[in-house]
Parts: sequence; C-alpha cells; structure tokens
Amino acid sequence: MLTKRIIPCLDVKDGRTVKGVRFEGLRDAGDPVALAARYAREGADELVFLDITATNQKRATLVALVRDVARELDIPFTVGGGIGTVSDVEALLMNGADKVSINSAALARPELIDELAARFGSQCIVVAADARYNDADGWQIYTRAGTHNTGRDAVQWCREAAERGAGEILLTSMSNDGTKDGFALDITGAVSRAVTIPVVASGGAGSKQDFTNVFQQAHADAGLAASIFHFGEIGIRELKEHLRQDGIAVRL
Amino acid sequence: MEIAIVDYKGGNVQSVLFALERLGVQATLTADHDVIRRADKVLFPGEGEAASAMRELRAQGLHELLPTLTQPFLGICLGMQLLGRHTQEGGGTKLLGILPFDVVRFPATPEYKVPHMGWNNLQALRGPLFEGLSAEDYVYFVHSYYAPVGEYTIAEATYPAPFSAAVQHENFYAVQFHTEKSGPVGTRILENFLKL
Repeated sequence: MLTKRIIPCLDVKDGRTVKGVRFEGLRDAGDPVALAARYAREGADELVFLDITATNQKRATLVALVRDVARELDIPFTVGGGIGTVSDVEALLMNGADKVSINSAALARPELIDELAARFGSQCIVVAADARYNDADGWQIYTRAGTHNTGRDAVQWCREAAERGAGEILLTSMSNDGTKDGFALDITGAVSRAVTIPVVASGGAGSKQDFTNVFQQAHADAGLAASIFHFGEIGIRELKEHLRQDGIAVRL
Repeated sequence: MEIAIVDYKGGNVQSVLFALERLGVQATLTADHDVIRRADKVLFPGEGEAASAMRELRAQGLHELLPTLTQPFLGICLGMQLLGRHTQEGGGTKLLGILPFDVVRFPATPEYKVPHMGWNNLQALRGPLFEGLSAEDYVYFVHSYYAPVGEYTIAEATYPAPFSAAVQHENFYAVQFHTEKSGPVGTRILENFLKL
C-alpha cells in the first residue's frame, strides 16, 4: 500500500543550513548533508532543500550541495528556491537531485512547466505554490516570500500547473506558516480534489495530530515541516507511530 | 568486478553511481558495445520518456546489443519498462522486447494520483534479488506507467491493483522502483544483484 510521506524541509544559504537547528548530538548543525543523513536514519521519506542564496555563485553552490547530498543520501530529495531555467534544472538533476521545484519562474512564464516536463518528465518537476487567504478574494497565490499577490486563484493555478505537466504540487499556506496551528485543511483539500497528481501540504504543522488531520481530512499525499523537526519538538519516528495508530499507512 | 551502466542519456544516473560508490563498487557509464559486453554486470537505469529513450538506444545500436547480453543485467524504473514489448507512452512506442509485457498507464483518480509516487511495500517476492526481504519492506516508486503482473513477475506492489514491481527473464532482472533511493532495503537489493 502506498504510504503517506513525511518530509522535513531544510533551508540552505551558501551551502549551509539556516534557521537555528537544535539537534542534540549533531556536531555541525549547519551542515545540510549531516542533517539530511540524520533525518534519513530517523525515517524521513524524502527531503526538501530550499535554497535562499542570492549571490552570483548561487547555481554553483547549489549544484555542489546537490552532489554532496546525493553522494550521502539513499532517499529521494527535492531542490527548490529561485530556480528559473531549463539549464538550472538540468544541472541539478544531472548531479543527483530527484526532483526540482519551481515557483516564481513558473508564475512569470507558465510555459516553463510544459518545457521542463517535456524535457525531463513530469515525475521530477514539482510546482511550489504559496497561497494566502483573504476574505475578499479567498485563497490566492503569492510570490516574494508571501508579500506579492499575483491575483491568481490558488486552486486554478494548481490545476493549470498539473495540466501543463507538473508531477507534484508543493502547497504552502502562507496564512498558516509559522503559526503551529495546523495545516490549512480547506485549501489543501480543495487542491487535492482538483488535481490528480500528488499534493504535499506545507505550513502550520505544530503537532502530530496536525498531520493526521491533513492526511485524513484534506487528503494530502505528504506533509512537510521544518522547525518542529529541526527543534526536536516532534521526532519523525514518534510522528509515524502516531499516524499508524490513527490508521494512516506509513513506512516504519 | 567490472560494472557497466548503460549510457543512453536516460536521466539521473548519478544517484545510481553514488549508490554503487557507497557499496565500494566502481562502475563505468558507457555506450561502448565492447565495454558493455565484457562487463560482469550491467545496470540499465532510466527516467523520463520512453519514446525518446528508444530513439537514443537505436541511435547507439544498443537496441540490438542489449537483448544479446548474457551476464546479470538490472533494469531500473524506465530501464525496466524498456525491456517490454510495447508501451502506451508517447502515443504508442515499440520497446526492446526482451520480456513479454506491454506497458500501460495508471488511470488517474482523486484517490490514486498519478504519478504513483512514494514508498510502497513489495509482495509476492521470488528469487535471489529479494533474499532477506519481506512484504514489510518498503521501496520508493515514481512512475505513471506500469507492467502488468505475469509469469515473469518476481515482486508485486499494489496501486490500487497489483502490478509488476520487479520482473525477470533468464539473466535479465528489472525493478520498477528506485533501488538507489530506497534506503537500506534498496541497498540490500543492489547487493543481492551484485552477488548474482
């Protein structure tokens, strides 16, 4: 039986993990490869690396990181963050990334999704969509770290991305991100029903029950979180044991 | 031990090279017929689209070489599907015809998304490739097309119906999942293959 996936997300800048990672027994919490290996051992199903480097060396440092991670890691991983061209995607895939996620570049030029899917196959093209809710317009897609409203409806954009050949949607609720009040069940459920590709829910995870809810009520295929894992608030194994008790298929 | 990885621009082979490296094994990425024929083991990984993969195999004459190989051979993911007779992908594409299956697409439903992406368990395991493994073991799949179950099937997975997770005919072994991305279980399968 296909299992629900648990995905820790690591923010990296200039090849180093950012956001205070507090992990006992990790000699260098800034080393993304060591952190990734630890998550893999604990039972993470996949990893996402979100690169926030903004220098001219961005591509070279990211390719080097991908190689280091792929050399060490025996579970799949996705790389995202400011990736905008076919040649960027090619360099990352050829060096060992399993999937590449695109966000602003796809919103600026949606045909990029078609081009990437045709060239590399849908299975490795993830479209990351950042949604924020307001009473007037409902759930809309934002860029620039949630500050710029594109005016696009979240469900419609995800459906378009899927039709253009995306293999997976990584849906982040900017309204929930950082709150620890749980995932956005309404928009996650709406997107999951609107597309026939897998949907990864992100933003708002604060408890084990939040994952149960996003799988049972919003039909997400995977749940992604960062700080609750990095700060050791929830262990991957105990989370999966909780999910299994709730009747959710997980890999243990 | 000489290991050849068939180079037909079939996507992410770096991960397979790294997986072998973790096992302390060096492999050569090559399309050279002599090197492939001489190798002790041949790996045939692949991702992406079947029609363009077949075009590249034909351009290199590999469609004639591969069926004649006699050493242990392991197809991975698209590399498994290419061993069949025919696929629905690309509007219908003729394949290498080493194994007698026809590759079809999963019907996408809200409950069963396509691609079939993630960790699924293996059932009905047969043969030396799966020594030491059980139906409790999970491996990582990413694919939209599948080979149905037949007499060549040596492992099944279910999504929502059973399909071929692994197949074998004589020296030709192949797996639909990614051994190189399936944690310790995948590593064990690669080790088992290297012992064949």
